[in-house]
Amino acid sequence: MPLRPSNHLTLNRITMATPAIQVENISKRYGKNVLALNQVSLEVGQGELFGLIGPDGAGKTTLIRILATLLLADKGYAAVNGWEVRRDYRQIRSHIGYMPGRFSLYQDLSVEENLHFFATIFGTTIKENYELIRDIYVQLEPFRTRKAGKLSGGMKQKLALCCALIHKPVVLLLDEPTTGVDPVSRKEFWEMLKRLKEKGIAILVSTPYMDEASLCNRVALIQKGAILSIDEPEKIVSGFDKPLLAVRTNDMYRLIHDLRDFESTHSAFPFGEFVHLSLNNPIWPEAIHAYLAGKQHTGIEIKPAQATIEDAFMELMTQGEMVD
Amino acid sequence: MRTILFIVRKEFLQVFRHKVMLPLIFLMPIIQLVILAHAADFEVKNINLHVVDHDQSQASRQLISKFSASRNFNIIGSSFSSQVAYDEIQRGDADLFIEIPAHFQRHLIRNNTASLQLSVNAINGVQAGLASAYASAIIQDFNGQVRAEWAKTAAPPGLSVTFSNWFNPEMNYQTFMVPGILVLLVTLIGMFLSGMNIVKEKEIGTIEQINVTPIRKYQFIIGKLLPFWIIALVELSIGLFVGWLIFDIPFVGSLWLIFGFAAIYLLVVLGLGLLVSTFTETQQQAMFVSWFFLIIFILMSGLFTPIESMPPWAQAITRFNPVAYFVEVMRMVLLKGSSLIDIRQHLIVMLTAALVVNALAVMNYRKTN
Repeated sequence: MPLRPSNHLTLNRITMATPAIQVENISKRYGKNVLALNQVSLEVGQGELFGLIGPDGAGKTTLIRILATLLLADKGYAAVNGWEVRRDYRQIRSHIGYMPGRFSLYQDLSVEENLHFFATIFGTTIKENYELIRDIYVQLEPFRTRKAGKLSGGMKQKLALCCALIHKPVVLLLDEPTTGVDPVSRKEFWEMLKRLKEKGIAILVSTPYMDEASLCNRVALIQKGAILSIDEPEKIVSGFDKPLLAVRTNDMYRLIHDLRDFESTHSAFPFGEFVHLSLNNPIWPEAIHAYLAGKQHTGIEIKPAQATIEDAFMELMTQGEMVD
Repeated sequence: MRTILFIVRKEFLQVFRHKVMLPLIFLMPIIQLVILAHAADFEVKNINLHVVDHDQSQASRQLISKFSASRNFNIIGSSFSSQVAYDEIQRGDADLFIEIPAHFQRHLIRNNTASLQLSVNAINGVQAGLASAYASAIIQDFNGQVRAEWAKTAAPPGLSVTFSNWFNPEMNYQTFMVPGILVLLVTLIGMFLSGMNIVKEKEIGTIEQINVTPIRKYQFIIGKLLPFWIIALVELSIGLFVGWLIFDIPFVGSLWLIFGFAAIYLLVVLGLGLLVSTFTETQQQAMFVSWFFLIIFILMSGLFTPIESMPPWAQAITRFNPVAYFVEVMRMVLLKGSSLIDIRQHLIVMLTAALVVNALAVMNYRKTN
């Protein structure tokens, strides 16, 4: 059982030593059969951009909602900036910025009205914290009087981020902010997060997109309610030590199946227009070529590939499946 | 306190921006009053009567002329066969027929007694009951007259009853119905708009964002209910004005008392709306649950059928029906001029209900789950 900070910690709560987010052995069960989180532990440092990466249904939203004090965990300890989620929920609510996965602003209010409303209920004004949101808000300014429901997906996310920032939070919790947003807006969004991080705000962001992992300081890979790995993105990539090839033929669907049947194959996953093939032991590409030609594949192309974070994740997740 | 103000302002902004909501809120009282008050009239006029007179005597003609003189009855036909009369009822042309047997007059004079038959189409129970009551009254009246004239006996000493209608001297149904319909109006606004509004935040997901703000539970609830409390009271004012303008409703009692009671009554209704919103997830569910209660409340409110004529168990239920209390208070104060002392019992019940309902709703409302 980890040590639980108790009342006496009030004094050094604000020191840099206090992690922005602390999660220890958190478990949450829905009903009888669904174990949404199973003994999850992680820590996010002050000013850190932390990614929570995993497929749909992995438990990302559950964890974020527990930290946002919207959901009570069954077991374990969780704290935001030293405030325990059960006891100090009121402190947390006035000091975090939270963006739910679903757009949750008033669609029938304008951009300005939404921002104004959220500023006032936090007891502040747009003017007071304008500095923090300026970069983002300038892009919204032309649509100031437009109703939030009539904004594009990317603009909605920017507005939601503005509303989450308007009270100058110390920690930002973002639940899949880039899901359903076009690639350009996604990129812009991550640029914004980077700038916010530089201003000293700790950010926990969840995403199903593995390519976004490399934009974080550290990432946690979560699957079926359990964390598979927590590390810096580069270290996760370098942990991938299997020979990797990119393979392409004219029949991609059959290719994956045929490759998975190949004796030396460790795993084969679609990756863009190629299939990434990792091998249990180094073999010559010619051997694979011959194997595929024997399976009536045409237009065969095989080249060595550089492992990316996605390969590393796929590998970790396959291992996770096997443990099951 | 300021936070509540911000929420109220936001609510008003949203209500007034809604293209359907705003006209509805202000047109509803006028339309409902004008249409319902005219339609909900229980007086049965123009009952279609078919006469089968086998006697063709002075007495039978005298009886029939009494019917034709009544404004409640229209004689639409006569024949010598009850089969014809029956067919008329079957076709829906006649509502009832009266059959006067042969030798009616002779029996009346010789035996001092005679019988006749009334047949009423009872598909519409209310109309049938009233039609046969009206007919009986006419026959009763005829009976007394006949005794005096033919039997040459002095009218038997008896009680003669005369009526004097208090508080609504002309027995005007609109005077009676309009205050009740106003109650419906206020109840609709209170229960639907408030409950629906909170569930809408759940359904659209905006509640998720609100719940992580420092807004306290009581601030959110008051901020949500206050706008509809105000709107409902404005509705009541419009409704009372329309009632005065079009229907000439007598304002015998104090308007302050009406508004004071309405203010407390609305707390109960808004609380019910809030309670419904705490255990429903979508507007559709909330709508359905609210309707379920509202239909019972309205039908058992004494607005359309008197509570006194309900079976005891139903009367017991109406004790828990806030609508029944307000309907009664409205009629008491507006038509009878009842004062605070007269309605103190109603007031106490409403206050208690307001406390209980809202306490339940607040306990059931969770920011975290």
